[in-house]
Amino acid sequence: MKAPLPRKFRLFGRDTRTDRVVPPSGAAAWLTLLTAAAMAFLAVFALALSVATGRLADRWSEALANGATVRISAPADQMATQTQRVLDILSVTPGVETARALDPAETQALLSPWFGPDLPVASLPIPQLIDIQETPQGFDAEGLRLRLSAEVPGATLDDHQRWRRPLVAAADRMRMLGLISLALIGAAMAAMVTLAAMAALSANGQVIRTLRLIGARDGYVARAFVRRFTTRTLTGAAAGTAVAMTAIALMPSAGDAGGFLTDIAFQGAEWLWPLTIPPLAAIVAFVATRTAALRSLRTVL
Amino acid sequence: MIAFRNVTHGYGDGPLLSDVSLTLPPGSFHFLTGPSGAGKSTFLKLCYRELMPIAGTVEIFGQDVSHMSRDAVAMARRKIGVVHQDCQFLDHLPLADNVALPLTVAGREANPEELKELLAWVGLSGHARARPPSLSGGERQRAALARAVITAPEMVLADEPTGNLDWDMSQRLLTLLVELNRMGKTILIATHDMNLIRTAKSQVAARVLRIRDRTVQHAGADL
Repeated sequence: MKAPLPRKFRLFGRDTRTDRVVPPSGAAAWLTLLTAAAMAFLAVFALALSVATGRLADRWSEALANGATVRISAPADQMATQTQRVLDILSVTPGVETARALDPAETQALLSPWFGPDLPVASLPIPQLIDIQETPQGFDAEGLRLRLSAEVPGATLDDHQRWRRPLVAAADRMRMLGLISLALIGAAMAAMVTLAAMAALSANGQVIRTLRLIGARDGYVARAFVRRFTTRTLTGAAAGTAVAMTAIALMPSAGDAGGFLTDIAFQGAEWLWPLTIPPLAAIVAFVATRTAALRSLRTVL
Repeated sequence: MIAFRNVTHGYGDGPLLSDVSLTLPPGSFHFLTGPSGAGKSTFLKLCYRELMPIAGTVEIFGQDVSHMSRDAVAMARRKIGVVHQDCQFLDHLPLADNVALPLTVAGREANPEELKELLAWVGLSGHARARPPSLSGGERQRAALARAVITAPEMVLADEPTGNLDWDMSQRLLTLLVELNRMGKTILIATHDMNLIRTAKSQVAARVLRIRDRTVQHAGADL
């Protein structure tokens, strides 16, 4: 047999008699609804920001972690020899999966954002770049660096550490800011619902006193207010979440050119995250209103 | 049922009631008299713990009010029907719902036929859907009486219940309270209405309490 929920948690069943003991509150109802909707809207965007920055941090971390570059600066007549020597060394270095010298077209593509497409790469003393892809175990960067400096003096190993660290740290910090924003939005919503509930409790002091004098328990009186504010908050938060999710879904996609800004969206199972906002908002409203109601009731004998 | 032991209460400018000791046994019928401002309403409020004594102890149904939990107070109040002097209602609810409210808060359904009969008995059958603010003082007092007795409480406390009623309605109210008393209920009425007291004494073994010199005494034959 299914055990019934304790009364204080029965928010959505039919209990119109309990609800009716609290007078309709007009403007306060709409304000609670609107506040919950606005907060949920902001919360969805903060969540999207947090998820996107998390994704970005992971991507940067992964992309740069598995790669390294050897830069060879040598006179033109020695460039081919030194390049081959480096490739030979890399081919026997444990942890290196592939090593490949960039051809002039690839080098030009790398430089064209700064110097334009007409750069005469062949006539300029541009270093030769060798792209290294590591195995999951990775290679001993320090050992390789020592060997290269001994055998190919013009070669310099860049394992991307100095690029990766600040980027990943920045992305992690952005993710943390998103989560802090979410917590602040939750706290602001709790404060607003508490204020609205306290205003309603204060305006209904005579109702509360009358109910107590005819034998109403604190839980009964609190439940009447809690039900009202929790259902309003849930409704408002659901509406705000729906609008925000629609707005995010309709954000234009600019592909790779858009970068981070157009990446503020949810992907796959991430779309489930914003769906947790309305129930969480309802829980916040439940706790805030019940606490305010019970505190207020303690002033009535 | 209700016991006062050396109870003192006041509002800041000295005690209004001092060292009051008395017992209202189950099934008793008492009137409480005294001049205006003597403390009749205060005494009644102490009986259902709307006020707490500043000294001494008050026991309701055998429980010391200073040790009762808030839920225990609510449960005790369900056994006490009170007709307050100011007759407060929930103004947004129709009169019938207000009268049935003690049953509602106790999680019980009002029997529509019994509710109708009770409203008719207090002369308010035509006002079942009316909102309390539209009622006269006398109508509110009758509605308060109906609300106080709808749960068939073990005790009825009434603060000047006939203050706004005509003689005929006062007699009907008295008849109801006498009937309730014959069923074993305890009755305490604070009133100035000497005619009501004399009529009651001719029908039931009513005792009279008088507040004098900040204490409550049993009145003698000089009433």
